[in-house]
Amino acid sequence: MSEENKFKGQAKQVYRMLIMVWCVVLLGTAFAIYALVDPSLSAFKEKETELVVVDDTISEDDWDKVENGIHLRTGFVDDDGLMTVVTNCTSCHSAKMVTQNRMTKERWIATIRWMQETQNLWDLGKNEDIIVNYLAKNYAPKNMGRRANLENIEWYELN
Amino acid sequence: MAGIIGADIVFGSKMPINYQPLALQDTDPFVLFGLDKEMVVLNDKPWNIEAKAHLLDEKVTSNKNMFIRNNGIPPENIDVASWTLVIDGESVEQTKTYTLSELKSKFKHYTYQLTVECGGNGRSEFNPPAKGNQWTIGAVSCASWTGVRLKDILDDVGVKDSAVYIGYHAADSHISRDPNKEPISRGVPMRKAVQEETLVAFKMNGEDIPAAHGYPLRLVCGGWPASTSGKWLNRISVRNIEHDGAKMKAPAYRVPKNTVAPGEKVEDEDMKIIESMPVKSLITYPKSGAVLELDKKLKIRGHAWAGELEVDQMEYSIDFGATWQTCSIEKPVNRLAWQHFNAVITFPEKGYYEVWARATDANGVGQPMLVPGWNPKGYLNNACHRIAVKVK
Repeated sequence: MSEENKFKGQAKQVYRMLIMVWCVVLLGTAFAIYALVDPSLSAFKEKETELVVVDDTISEDDWDKVENGIHLRTGFVDDDGLMTVVTNCTSCHSAKMVTQNRMTKERWIATIRWMQETQNLWDLGKNEDIIVNYLAKNYAPKNMGRRANLENIEWYELN
Repeated sequence: MAGIIGADIVFGSKMPINYQPLALQDTDPFVLFGLDKEMVVLNDKPWNIEAKAHLLDEKVTSNKNMFIRNNGIPPENIDVASWTLVIDGESVEQTKTYTLSELKSKFKHYTYQLTVECGGNGRSEFNPPAKGNQWTIGAVSCASWTGVRLKDILDDVGVKDSAVYIGYHAADSHISRDPNKEPISRGVPMRKAVQEETLVAFKMNGEDIPAAHGYPLRLVCGGWPASTSGKWLNRISVRNIEHDGAKMKAPAYRVPKNTVAPGEKVEDEDMKIIESMPVKSLITYPKSGAVLELDKKLKIRGHAWAGELEVDQMEYSIDFGATWQTCSIEKPVNRLAWQHFNAVITFPEKGYYEVWARATDANGVGQPMLVPGWNPKGYLNNACHRIAVKVK
């Protein structure tokens, strides 16, 4: 290999190294600028760190707040006997177990008996009448026919 | 936050901003179970959550779109290393205990897509209403389950001729926290227990079974009420009688032996246990409420299933059942897996339409357009699914 070729080879090596160094410097600068704009580097974090919404709107003060006729904490209708129902009917199961159902007085009583016989529900004593009357009035069956109309349709353009 | 917990959080200032303390973690089921935000919570104690039809569009249901039906409180602090499955009962030759790793190494693994539908799916449509979680259409799934055959385990244990039923027991606790009560302990007759597809599963969709669906072990009996697929499985009893565990006795998971008028009282002894689920289908695309131009064709698709049977025929109607057109329907990937259908619809003129879907099983039994036979507990509503469409 002639001296000239050797020199050319070395020059090429130096040239390549310079390019590498410049690339590193450029990337570093780019990152530094980005870090200045977005110090938490949020764009690189996965979106799944979505905040878990803690409902601390319900503080101790409005633990039993009622709005638009609904007991907010449980979803029960506000009516005579509400708190008796809340106390007796939500210590084992969710209020939703009650509010999604519709029964006649007779069947609410039968449901209470079933819970007493099989699910460790206590004797409700004088409260039973209060509870049953509340349930039969506010969660009574409606006649839905043999097949209801489709309701609450959210219309959208299908392309 | 301290107000809700009722105590100051010591070292609270060192808690990461997004961290949810354990005391509160169960407040958001979507985070807790990794659910799609459109899933519908029917009940939060115990958890009962269902899908909407369009969420079930996947061929194999993923965890995020899978309904959750809990009867009790799921076990906490599961120690996989010490988890065992006990096989006992009047009709075993010997009581035998397997660790998880023994189960996995001793028996051959099988993977099946299995349709698992809650017996009460569709309950919300019964009139007069039936008591219980008011499922609409979303308490059904078809995931890919991997495990060992219950039959292989029973062969290894040795089962006597007197065996008629198996009953499962599990690690969840009763909602009243009474340690002497089981939330649910159901089962299936021997003929179902020894089917090839009846699995003691340890994987769902190729991964550990999600906590809400029975981690680390679940019995899966495809095509039968989902309550027969016991979650958090730790014991199977081989019985010489019909299993008599929690929610096995009438009226649970039973329908009248003879049909009754809506609202009629039915005595316990006049009820029969539900076995195979009836033929049913769902339109999973498009989502109900689509508005389209008259010159556009509408592609629909969905799934159909029929308990122990295959679906033979799939049809749709855009005129409330006056005329029916054929959909194309695929064969199931394996027995007890749901089948996929599709069709292309041309609408004749502008207006409001409902697209109704109707499956017919291998015995020629189809879905009713009206809610089928009323029963006190509101089971087995397999009425046709429909979606609303507007053409302009």
